[in-house]
Amino acid sequence: MTTIPLNTSGKKLGLVIDLDTCVGCHACAVSCKEWNTSGHSAPLPDHEPFGANTFGVWFNRVHTYECGEGADSRTVHFPRSCLHCEAPACVEVCPTGASYKREEDGIVLVNEDLCIGCKLCSWACPYGAREYDYDSGVMKKCTLCIDRIYNENLDEEDRVPVCVSTCPSNARHFGDLGDPDSAVSRLVADRGGYDLMPELGYKPVNKYLPPRPRQSADSPGPKTLPPIESSNGQEAGLFRWLDALLTR
Amino acid sequence: MHPAYSVILFTTFSGAGYGLLIMLALFAIIGGVPPDRWFGFFSFTLAFVMIAFGLIASTYHLGHPERALLALSQWKSSWLSREAILAIATFVPGLLFAFGWVVMGNVQGGWRVMAGMTFLLSFMTIFCTAMVYASLRPIRAWFNPHTVRVYIAYALWTGSLWLNLLTHLFDLHTPWIGVTFVIAGLLAFFFKRKYWIYIDRHPDWVTPETATGLGDLGKVRLLDAPNTQENYVQQEMGFKIARKHAEKLRRWAFTYSFLVPWCIAAFTVDSDPWLKIPGAIIAVIVMMGGVMIERWLFFAEAKHTTMLYYGAENS
Repeated sequence: MTTIPLNTSGKKLGLVIDLDTCVGCHACAVSCKEWNTSGHSAPLPDHEPFGANTFGVWFNRVHTYECGEGADSRTVHFPRSCLHCEAPACVEVCPTGASYKREEDGIVLVNEDLCIGCKLCSWACPYGAREYDYDSGVMKKCTLCIDRIYNENLDEEDRVPVCVSTCPSNARHFGDLGDPDSAVSRLVADRGGYDLMPELGYKPVNKYLPPRPRQSADSPGPKTLPPIESSNGQEAGLFRWLDALLTR
Repeated sequence: MHPAYSVILFTTFSGAGYGLLIMLALFAIIGGVPPDRWFGFFSFTLAFVMIAFGLIASTYHLGHPERALLALSQWKSSWLSREAILAIATFVPGLLFAFGWVVMGNVQGGWRVMAGMTFLLSFMTIFCTAMVYASLRPIRAWFNPHTVRVYIAYALWTGSLWLNLLTHLFDLHTPWIGVTFVIAGLLAFFFKRKYWIYIDRHPDWVTPETATGLGDLGKVRLLDAPNTQENYVQQEMGFKIARKHAEKLRRWAFTYSFLVPWCIAAFTVDSDPWLKIPGAIIAVIVMMGGVMIERWLFFAEAKHTTMLYYGAENS
């Protein structure tokens, strides 16, 4: 049923994305595409991948924003994927029951055998997380790597979404946000993690960590170190060493 | 929002079809038109054909139209599912009502109950159609009470103008039918105008700052999009052409969905048959074209919060 489950386990699996350390390398997006094109929602279409009109389904996309003005402005890289909301209207609007939110861990999935491809769920998502697959006529979305996180064929440390294990700057964290003592929940509490578009009331599970405050351009710069006493009239580097050698 | 032609055809024609059923039921219940068999036959056929055409058209934008019946299952949460169920359920009392009128020549007793059911279910179907849009929070232009009022008023207006034509053709016209379409037209105009005023006054709903949560750092601007070519989300939610020409298109929608057909129908309603019948025909044709412009604009003008991530400044 597309009604939101009321009796959940309390488990809310999701991601915490650190906008302070993300370097915008798109490795998460590429590894996501690579894993998922042969995973739960396979294949992810890729039209004209090397042509002028590339068009494909990606579950994870990295935007880059400029925030603020002039010397105080900052560049922030912003990975965006399904937030596995607690109040996912994308699930409620589904007329067939193809979209559902799992009771046991809160993951939002699409049953492709039931999807009629009406696209209404993508309209209901304020975050643009769902992308339509014109080849198979069904909607596709991030599965939180459901085929990795419970996969006993993988080593314990690999049982995380592929975007998390790929991230070279450790900007992505995976865990149970329903447990206040989990590592991700503590991270959110410590760093002031926040929701996207809270005013719409979707109650996203994924949280974003804000960039750490930066010293402004007007503030005094780092302390200047006292210059090393110059060797009076003597050469520097290789020549100094040569000089010392020849003087001996 | 990208306007899907199948959905525009669906809401325009099914809206008119259910609107005509509402009018037939209403006038049958109050005894406003005699249960003339040929008039009944043509009117019900037209209403059911318009509804069926709309419903079939609506399946054309589906990825799996062969699974369309699955859409009847989620009435507990989905307005689209409720709409689909009611759209089909209306056929039961609707066909019985038509049977009573056309075959039995009777709209009394049990047939009258069927007329009442047809009225109620048609009305609820249109309400659900509107709620499919009015329940979508990411789309400010739809997520408001004006959306439902406009859809219902337009169904009554289009239905009553079709009834005007049909009663002229069978020489069954009464002043009350004229009064009905004149009032329904004014209602459609009034609610659409209120709708446009409302969406113009509420341009900012979510901003790039709240969408990214980066407002503390200052104004947020897109520096680099995630992709070089437009993706599905941008194509579906990022339609810009209409907003550029909104002023002109609104004038067209107003002129052709209301003003011209309303004036033609109202000024020829009491004239000679050689004038009032062509007048009623032209009015209906212009109106259906105008309503399609209005529906196209309803989609094309609406902005989706997703586009804030792709550089839109407001939604």
